Parts: sequence; C-alpha cells; structure tokens
Amino acid sequence: MTILLFGVTKDIIGTPQLSIPTSTFTGKESPKTVGDLRSFLQNAYPELKKLSSLAIAVNNNYAEDTKPINSFDEIALIPPVSGG
Amino acid sequence: MAENRYIRQTTLPQFGKEGQQKLKSAKVLVVGLGGLGIPVATYLNAMGVGTLGLVENDVIALHNLQRQVLYAETDVGKQKLTVAIEKLKAQNSESKLVPFATFISVTNAIEIISQFDLIVDATDNFATRYLLNDACVIAKKPLVYGALHGFEGQLTVFNYKNGPTLRCLFPSQPKQEEIPSCNENGVLGILPSIVGSLQALEVVKLVTGVGEVLSGKLLLYDGLSQSTQKIGFQVKPENLEIQKLLISYQDGGCNTLNSIASEEFLALLREKQPQIIDVRTTSEFKEDHLDRSINIPLAEISNNLNKIDFLAPVYLLCQSGKRSISAYNQLSELYPEAELWNINGGLNQLNLHIFAS
Repeated sequence: MTILLFGVTKDIIGTPQLSIPTSTFTGKESPKTVGDLRSFLQNAYPELKKLSSLAIAVNNNYAEDTKPINSFDEIALIPPVSGG
Repeated sequence: MAENRYIRQTTLPQFGKEGQQKLKSAKVLVVGLGGLGIPVATYLNAMGVGTLGLVENDVIALHNLQRQVLYAETDVGKQKLTVAIEKLKAQNSESKLVPFATFISVTNAIEIISQFDLIVDATDNFATRYLLNDACVIAKKPLVYGALHGFEGQLTVFNYKNGPTLRCLFPSQPKQEEIPSCNENGVLGILPSIVGSLQALEVVKLVTGVGEVLSGKLLLYDGLSQSTQKIGFQVKPENLEIQKLLISYQDGGCNTLNSIASEEFLALLREKQPQIIDVRTTSEFKEDHLDRSINIPLAEISNNLNKIDFLAPVYLLCQSGKRSISAYNQLSELYPEAELWNINGGLNQLNLHIFAS
C-alpha cells in the first residue's frame, strides 16, 4: 500500500512517500479501513496524533474512516496548511 | 479606456469582450497583501477587474521582500496597504480600489465581505482562514482558497453553488502551534506567487464563467517534483448551515485574551521595565529585538519556564502577534494565576509606532 505524504506529515514522517508491507510479509493484519490506517500510523508516528484535522484520500478522493482499503489503493495524507 | 488595452485577452474566443465586461463589473475582495495577496491583486488589477477590495494592516519588513514582490527596499517600515494601493493605481488607473486598513475580525468580517461578489483568502493563519470560511457561508460568497507549506501549495474554491467548504475538508480548526507557519518553517520566495497566480485564475473563471471552477476538488501542488494532484471531496450539508460566527477564532476561542495595544505598551516601556518574552525563533530575534527582552522560541517555551518570572506580569511578543497568542494559551494553562499580556500586532505594530513618532 502506497501512502503519499503532504504538508507537515511529510516533515513528521521524514519522507514524501511510505509503503506499508502487506500481511503476507509481516504476518500481522494490515489496515482494513481508513480508520485502521489512521490508528496504525498514529501509533507508528505519535506526532500525527497532535493534528486536529488530517484528511485521508483513497485513490484521489476524500475518504471517511469507515471506508475499506486494500493493498492496491493509493492513499494520501493531507493536513491543512496555513502559510501565505 | 484605450480600445486595445485588453485586446490580448478579448481576442481569446472563450473570453471575448463579454468576459472583459464581466471582469469590469466584478467586485473582488482580497484578504491579505502578503505572498499570496500580491500576485492575486496585481494580476486581477492588470486584467481589468473593476472593483478590488484590499484588506491588510501589516507593515513591510525586509524579510518580506524575497516573496512579496510588489514592495521595494525603500518601502520597508511602511504600511503594506498604502504602498500596494499606490502601485496598483499606477498599474491601472481605471480600477476602483477599496482599502480596508484593518485585520479581518469577527466584528468586521460580515460587513466587509458583504460588499463584494467573491472573496480571496490570501491570509497566513488558521484563525483567519476559518473565520473567512464561516463568514463566506453566512454571506453566501464563494471563497478562493490558497495556502502554503514549505514547497507545497493547496488550492480550491469553497462555498461555490452550495459546494463544499473548508470545514468539509478539515472539520476542526487546528491550533496554530500544531503546524508551523511560514515564519517558523520557511517558504521559498516563488511558491506564494505560483499559488497566488492560480487563485487569480480561479477568480477569472468564477467571474466570467470560462472553464471549470475548482470546486469540490483540492489541488495539491508540489514544487520540488513539479507534480499536481486533485483530490475530490464532498459537501457535508451541516457545514452550510452556519448562522453566526464564533465569538473568537483564536486557538479555539476558549480563553479571554488579556491584550495590550502597541501604543499603550510603548508608553509602559517609557515608564517601567516590563518583563518581555519574545517567542520568535532565535534567528528572527538576532535580526532585531527590543532591549531587555528575553528570547524563548514558541516551540521551546514549555522547556524554558524557569526563565520566566510568573510573579511579575509577563508581556508576550512575536512578529505579528499570532505566535504570542499561542504562547499565551500554553502559559495560561500551566499558570492560570499568572498575569499574562499579549502585545497586539507584535513587533510589526510596535515598529510602525516607533517609526511614526
């Protein structure tokens, strides 16, 4: 699963793109919904918990936490930015 | 008007004389005359938008010049609004420029935006962005949104024909300290001009009906890879039902803020030696600072509480008065008994009064 990172999430995670290995390799359950993925990433990168709003897009569309995801989806983490 | 002034765009078959006439009749409000607002105002003025409202109350600083390309070295220390109006008048004497020498606020937002057809958000902080969003929902005005982070930009049009709003994309207003601003994080000079120019283009499309308005789609621009991506998002109808503004938009608006105006603070400074905590970055502090002020950057404030005497009044200072509010909120939670003051408008306003006197 490919995750594109924008704004401050790129700074927090330290890379513009992240790949999550599928369960075949890790033996662990991979995230099944957007909400699972959100918690998974917040555990791995606790700084993400500080963001009061963080939009997650699946295949270029804004997704609610209940949306199912699979390893072929392209995910984007989109925090608000304020600069001008 | 010289017959051929706009001929290069009226020649475009989709645009034509009709498009030009629509621009001439349009009333557009640009909130903020910084990195984003300058390309927006300059291009709209050049292309012949009839009425341009301009809201700004900041002062030109030397470190603005790398991205705010309307201003010159000789303008440093002057009001942005005054200088911008002068240059825009010289650029196009036919447009009507309506200046508002103020920051947009809960008390003036609805009154100001009601006078215009559409609003451009060229501000630099979440509090003002959420205020503008809510005000545009109430006054039923489309809002052309542009924002920056590092080498990236975000662009979309909110509240267009009952389309989605800022709260449909990012429901909760972030606290300013969650996400670093351009002051702390830095911004490459060209970036705001790219995003601001795209905002100006959206204004032209909204006004003339040419092309497709970027509503319900967030454009993400990454300058480092020259890549763009469009993310679709839907309206959440409850966000269109806002009836009135929040009491305050400063970091959630739960604290009542103890603040002091720059003139009063300067008077105090002449009589006493107040404890001044400057929460800007170390490099900003090195550039210039008030005598006897103590520098504790906002990000490090919770680790440096021992440098502050909480038995004496604490005056919090930054460049424009926004980071000092974040510091104020942090300190007031830790020391509810302390006497805290936010210096309104920060060093920018203080410098203006020092220049004036």
